[in-house]
Amino acid sequence: MNEVTIVGLLVDVIAFGVLLYLAALGELVAEKAGVLNLGVEGMMAIGGVAAFWSGVQFGSPLVGLIVAGIAAGLLALVHALVAVVLGADQVVSGLALTIFGLGLSAFLGKEYVSLPPVEQFGTLPLGSLRELRIIGPILFDQPWVAWLAAALGFLTWFVLERTRVGLGLRAVGENAATADAAGQSVTVTRVAAVVVGGVLAGFSGAFLVLNLAKGWTEGVTAGRGWIAVALVIFGAWRPGRTAIGALLFGGLLALEPRLQTFGVEVSPILVSMLPYAITIGVLVVFSIQSRHRPSAAPAAIGRAYRREER
Amino acid sequence: MTRTMKILIAFLAAFGLIAAACGSSTAGSDDEGTDGAVASDDAGSETESDDAMEEGSDVKAAFVMVAPVGDAGWNFMHDKGRIGAEAATGVETAFVEAIPEGGAEFDNAVQQFIDDGFNVIFTTSFGYMDATERFAAENPDVVFEHISGFKQNDTNFGNTFGRMYQPRYIAGMAAGAATESNKIGYVGAFPIPEVIRGINAFALGVAATNPDATVEVVWTSTWFDPTVEGNSAQALIDAGADVLTMHQDSTATGQAITDAGGTFIGYHSDMSEQVGAYLTAPVWNWTPRYSEVIESVKAGNYQPGSYWGGMADGVVDITIPDSSPVAADMQKVKDDIISGDFDVFDTGDVVDQDGNVIISNGVVQTELTDPFDPSRVVAAEGDALNDGVLLTMSFFVENVVGSPAG
Repeated sequence: MNEVTIVGLLVDVIAFGVLLYLAALGELVAEKAGVLNLGVEGMMAIGGVAAFWSGVQFGSPLVGLIVAGIAAGLLALVHALVAVVLGADQVVSGLALTIFGLGLSAFLGKEYVSLPPVEQFGTLPLGSLRELRIIGPILFDQPWVAWLAAALGFLTWFVLERTRVGLGLRAVGENAATADAAGQSVTVTRVAAVVVGGVLAGFSGAFLVLNLAKGWTEGVTAGRGWIAVALVIFGAWRPGRTAIGALLFGGLLALEPRLQTFGVEVSPILVSMLPYAITIGVLVVFSIQSRHRPSAAPAAIGRAYRREER
Repeated sequence: MTRTMKILIAFLAAFGLIAAACGSSTAGSDDEGTDGAVASDDAGSETESDDAMEEGSDVKAAFVMVAPVGDAGWNFMHDKGRIGAEAATGVETAFVEAIPEGGAEFDNAVQQFIDDGFNVIFTTSFGYMDATERFAAENPDVVFEHISGFKQNDTNFGNTFGRMYQPRYIAGMAAGAATESNKIGYVGAFPIPEVIRGINAFALGVAATNPDATVEVVWTSTWFDPTVEGNSAQALIDAGADVLTMHQDSTATGQAITDAGGTFIGYHSDMSEQVGAYLTAPVWNWTPRYSEVIESVKAGNYQPGSYWGGMADGVVDITIPDSSPVAADMQKVKDDIISGDFDVFDTGDVVDQDGNVIISNGVVQTELTDPFDPSRVVAAEGDALNDGVLLTMSFFVENVVGSPAG
């Protein structure tokens, strides 16, 4: 273990943290509006294949990010229509979205398997900051998507906590009937939140395919969308705490191979299991806490709202 | 929930499943653009049968693959073997890809092939072993050849594998000569005998050309996940490795070492098209073995067995890179392996990480047991080296850094 390997580890921690944070932030927005979307894995996959397609076609990561956001947003719209507009079971619809997204991305990406990498997200022109020892590579030499993720995290917090739009969205997620009575359109709010969630999952998929996997392959998401879902629970539906969780879970993903080069005798299988084990632990702590004070979860999550059944 | 809602959900779920199925079975060997080595590939064969080139032969061969064939790895090489065997024997062949191990998809695919009159079925993933054994018992008129397993019966079910450790040794020679940092990285999937054997053979090859170099191993716990593979490769690069190789199914390790300006030694197939830092690769060539099995079925004299072919049989191979300073030595070892004058583990001392001599000039120096069944002794002290020792190998040789237990 030396400076190079530790810096290398921290660079990876941020990269995996960004990957998880983008997807988790999207899921957080949807859940705050009361819609559970278990389709994150499928939306990431669609975003990933869209970004790679775009990279082959246009060669621009920025265009790739936009295309990935649109593609995953459209997929999220399917969930919004089924689970929000039609009021179907959110769990069933979300799971179907994952299966559908993984299958569709594999089908669309057939001819991109094993192609050489397309252009990655580059770094910001920060000049000499990037040359700084230790801090330079860890913070300032990161792709600009990392900064975008941080900005989106702040923006999400600001909108949710400090604006009327955010208040309306949270109200819909806590008590749809009351929000409805107060003149907030439950359907519009929820559909919009789910689509925003899809767009962010698409961003995450684009970052995964362009910068981390450096290529498209079927099943490239490899369960990381599920870690993002768990992360929202870990983060207690708060953007800030979710960011810390993203760095923690991202750190575990980054540690898996690195621990071995550090000569630490821990089974890599055990490390890869940890994000889920921690989430289960957090759920246990939450459920014990919630006996004494209100749960952090949006009260109306998972429940379809129909005015006539009020 | 209203009736309409239920129908809608069912429809959506069904649509999802259909799309997922499309994703896994819509084949088409569309790799011509990505790998120059597949000049003879026939696009769009899918699960449809290709036209039999030889009229009158009623032998038809089918292949079941665990992942998409377009991955430049394990399945890609099996598909090349299928195409090669079709050309060599003139029989009709077909394949299905992305069939999970231990699932109903496998049963459906194999049953469909049997119903369609296929009478030789190759199942090309380890996890198909038990299901293949069951199908063989139920369908005595169909020959089943399972790849990379160890089960067989007396009539219609055999297994095939290749001595990949032989070209791995030669690849190690090239790596030892290429490294400047004396640190070579090895990205491995799982700590099982097949992978450990390959690492040891590679490390012995490294020792032959560079006694000062070490081979550092990182386990990924996955056969195929480019993100983890690339991340593991980067960890090895950060730890000082300037030459990388791998036992994985993607080219992610090669991408990472290319970006770092080092040298890559591939696996499975010639990856020179995909990877800039490519030097050479131990490769599979299933055509001769597939052709042999198909020909024996045509002639009606198929005998099941445990086939473990080596470089002499052409099942495994390696291209000697002219640019390597030890190219002549590599060529000599290759010739000696093919002629039988040399094999990897029966020459000199094979010493484990603790300094114990395990094998000395082909004689086992200490009792060795099966790691999956410690009560089973595969070789006693003083026994001659046998394939059982190789097939259960669970120790690392002395110049490997890492844990053979994962």
